[in-house]
Formats: sequence, C-alpha cells, structure tokens
Amino acid sequence: MATDNRPLSPHLQVYRPQLTTVLSISHRATGIVLSLGMAVVVVWLLALSSGPEAYDRFIGLLASIPGLVFLLVWTFSLFFHLFNGIRHLLWDAGWLLDLRGAYASGWTVVVLSILLTIAIWGGLA
Amino acid sequence: MSLRNPLAKAHNHGSAGEGVGHWWALRFTAILLVLLTVWLIYAMASLIGADHATAVAWIGRPFNAAMAILFVVTSIYHGELGLQVVIEDYIHTRATEITLMVLIKIASIVGGLLAVIAILKMAFGV
Repeated sequence: MATDNRPLSPHLQVYRPQLTTVLSISHRATGIVLSLGMAVVVVWLLALSSGPEAYDRFIGLLASIPGLVFLLVWTFSLFFHLFNGIRHLLWDAGWLLDLRGAYASGWTVVVLSILLTIAIWGGLA
Repeated sequence: MSLRNPLAKAHNHGSAGEGVGHWWALRFTAILLVLLTVWLIYAMASLIGADHATAVAWIGRPFNAAMAILFVVTSIYHGELGLQVVIEDYIHTRATEITLMVLIKIASIVGGLLAVIAILKMAFGV
C-alpha cells in the first residue's frame, strides 16, 4: 500500500508567509547549512594538520567565488541560528511567548544577523 | 495517583518510553554552543589571513585545542540531533528516514573522529 503520496493537511501553500513562520523554517534551513559547514570545518582541520601545501590548496578553494558565496551564506546562517536559537531558548524558559514578544524578538534576530554579517564582511574588505 | 511506574518516573521517562533526553540534549548543546561561539569568533579573528605555521601553532595551544575539540564535538552532536528532528518531520517514508539517519550518524562519528585526531596531532606537535 502506498503511504508516501497521500495528501497532507494543512497545505502550506494556502497560508500567507508571516515573520514567525518564515523565521521558524529559516532556523531549520540555517541549521542544515551549518551542518554542511561542519563538514567544511573538518576538511579545514585535516588540511591544516596535513601541511602547508594541502592548507594553501584548501584556502585557495575557499577564496574562489563558490567558496566565498558559501562562506557568506555560512556567516549569515551562523549568526541567524545563534540569535534565533537564543530566542528559542528564551521561549523554552517561558519568556516572550506573546504575539508582541514573538515579533519584537523576531525582528531583533533579523536585524542583528544582517548587521553582524555586514560588519564581519565589511571588516574583511 | 499517578499511573506511571516509579522506575519510569525516576528515569524521567514520558509516555513514549524514551523520555525527554533528546529534547534536553538539543537544549544543553545549544547553551554550550552559545558560549563556544564567543571562542569561535575569537578563533576566526585570529586565523583569518594567517599562514599555515601560525595557524597550526595557534590551534595547537592547549586552551585553543581544548575549545576546538569541544566546539567540533558539540556542534556535530547538536547538528545530528537537529537534522534528526528535520528528517522525522519531513521524510514520511520509513526506509528513507532510517537510511538518512544511519548515514548522518556515520558521517557524524567519522567527521568528529577525524577532526579530534587532526586537532590532537597539532596540539602534540606530531
């Protein structure tokens, strides 16, 4: 019996995206990006411990256009997941659970993650 | 009168039998990672643009090596727990779900081991 193509309810596409729902799914998306980023961290450590040639080759890869795009997405994901994660921990403690708290903390997360990403990349440039 | 048996209560087991261990582990590693991110930013500031010898010497210092191991292991564990939740929520075919989880667990163990050994190698200057 096929159980994997039954219609599911509620259908996501009938809902208008809201800050709270977009941030909720973004927390998962950035978490997946950071998990992939851990693979890059492991390869970075392996290259570093292998010697100067391997390390320079790896750094060259990171400095390529796809490498830089990945690093940019990774930086934003790191800050977003960090701040939104703190927001989730505050919720778990019972704080900010009203509508106002959820929206105010949500916008704070968005602004802080964008500002810190710009600050880091601006500082490098 | 509680219907839960005393042993289950002592072990903090909920009705699902396996209790809230996963939930707590995700939160505990999250709190640890908030603190470790402070070190991570210090690490990035110290290592961006550094040449190979400088980077190896930096990561080889006992404090940095210890924080690096703690960061890598906690991150990978937290990531594994988080990906598990995502897979459980969105993958509705049992076989795919289990296959993905096994692959993620293997990748986590192998990746974590490689990272820890690489850090220890630099810390001991082998």
